[in-house]
Amino acid sequence: MTYVVTDQCTGCRYTECVTVCPVECFHLDDEMTYIDPENCIDCGGCVPACPVGAIQASYLLAPEQQKWIEINRRRAAETPVITSRLAPLPGADERKKALGL
Amino acid sequence: MTTPQYRVAIVGAGPSGFYAAEALLRAQKDVAVDLFERLPVPYGLVRFGVAPDHPKLKQVTAVFDRIAAMPGFRFVGGVDVGTDISIAALRRAYHAVVLATGASLGREIGLPGEKLAGNRQASDFVGWYNGHPDHRDLAFDFSGERAVVIGHGNVALDVARILLKTPDELRRTDIAAHALEALAESRVRDVHLIGRRGPSETRFSAKELGEFDTLTACDPGIDPADLRADAFSHGDGFDIERKASLDLLERFSRRVATKERRCLFRFHLEPVCFEGGEGVQSAVFRRNCVEGAADECIRIDTKLVFLSVGRRTSPIEGIAYDGSRGVHANRGGRLMVHDRIDHGLYTCGWSKRGPQGTIGTNRACALDTVEKILVDLDSLPSPEPGAIDRLVSSIGRRHGVPLDFDAWRIIDSAEVARGCVNGKPREKFVSVDDMVATARERGIAC
Repeated sequence: MTYVVTDQCTGCRYTECVTVCPVECFHLDDEMTYIDPENCIDCGGCVPACPVGAIQASYLLAPEQQKWIEINRRRAAETPVITSRLAPLPGADERKKALGL
Repeated sequence: MTTPQYRVAIVGAGPSGFYAAEALLRAQKDVAVDLFERLPVPYGLVRFGVAPDHPKLKQVTAVFDRIAAMPGFRFVGGVDVGTDISIAALRRAYHAVVLATGASLGREIGLPGEKLAGNRQASDFVGWYNGHPDHRDLAFDFSGERAVVIGHGNVALDVARILLKTPDELRRTDIAAHALEALAESRVRDVHLIGRRGPSETRFSAKELGEFDTLTACDPGIDPADLRADAFSHGDGFDIERKASLDLLERFSRRVATKERRCLFRFHLEPVCFEGGEGVQSAVFRRNCVEGAADECIRIDTKLVFLSVGRRTSPIEGIAYDGSRGVHANRGGRLMVHDRIDHGLYTCGWSKRGPQGTIGTNRACALDTVEKILVDLDSLPSPEPGAIDRLVSSIGRRHGVPLDFDAWRIIDSAEVARGCVNGKPREKFVSVDDMVATARERGIAC
């Protein structure tokens, strides 16, 4: 198993996950972050760190969310590693509030 | 090679020590780091805390090895700071000193009978099965069929799982040989995993709880008498992970036991005392499963009890201690003495914030401390010229070989080779003398 970032990250792209990842396995593009399943050691530390609950253990994903396993794998290979926290996307805090989080 | 502008000593080569080194070496300042470690081997709780049957977590050591290869990094093993060299000596030699000394002491609960033989700290057992030199000579009495583990966190799960796995389930892990041998003779068949609160209030992670579903010879179970009404219902505030843990426990409660071993998850049991003569014979609890009803006394007969109710930092001579939090007295990573900042002294990891979080939590924690160091560096007094070289060479002479990262690589290769013979990823050296002798012999051979 591994952990995956889901579309809940899109529109926020908080990167709190990056600072608690022990193995620097987060990648990012303009939309969101992705977890490299080859490097993730399954510690699960990023799950509670995400302010919008975008990260989940792959085995706990709902059927319609299963696609994110493959998307994380593919996009992690195509995008650069991120090693330190960035500012979230504009409007992230408003979106978080709107989600009731 | 030019002399770095700043020199920082980090004490403790566990995760937070390595991450502090990484943050300092990546900073936009010319910093060199010496990472001091009491043992000749690095990685702290990744080597001595992570359970042997969790090899994937141990892959984090590849990151630590990359940090060790960064320019400006030096590993200084085999030095007990506070005993072999004083904090004062380190302060004279470095601009800043960071204590990343972890939380090596188990917390006690202060109940009658706690000191009876057979009442053990979970952390001692963990150190023992992981081959920590401080714990290798411990002996555990596995002659009884029942063991009790008090605490509802992931360490308690580790202890129960290692007690209940078959020798074949452990044989191909890096468990210490002495532990595998003793556990193979164990008669323990029943482990009671006891918490004061209910199923919705444990600190188990779902992934680790789920491992109990797939043990070869053990069924997880729950005593219905320990449950309050609606024990497995949860409020809206529950995230997926906590719901998954609760669902697993609910499933365990319906499971029909067919295997020869059993892990009983028990709830709402408040420890009262431990009874016995020479050694513990029973653990006594107060159970309250019905609001307003009188407490019930529950006595569990056992010769082996593990306390897994937290850890605290080992105090260091000359460093103020925060007894209530069980850490070096600090404010956001800066060490404090009598409510004032002790300039040039810092802490990170469990010795800063207590034993919480996952391995990576220590990365964020170390980064936070290093941010403060970088702010302070220019205002800290410069060390005595030559003091570091004198210090490190005197340490090297003590062991007859410098216990640096190259020495660790030699020890590491030897351990992997020893393990290979038995189909294990490694067979750890469990004594400091053997570690040093290996580094010395191979060093000469090279």
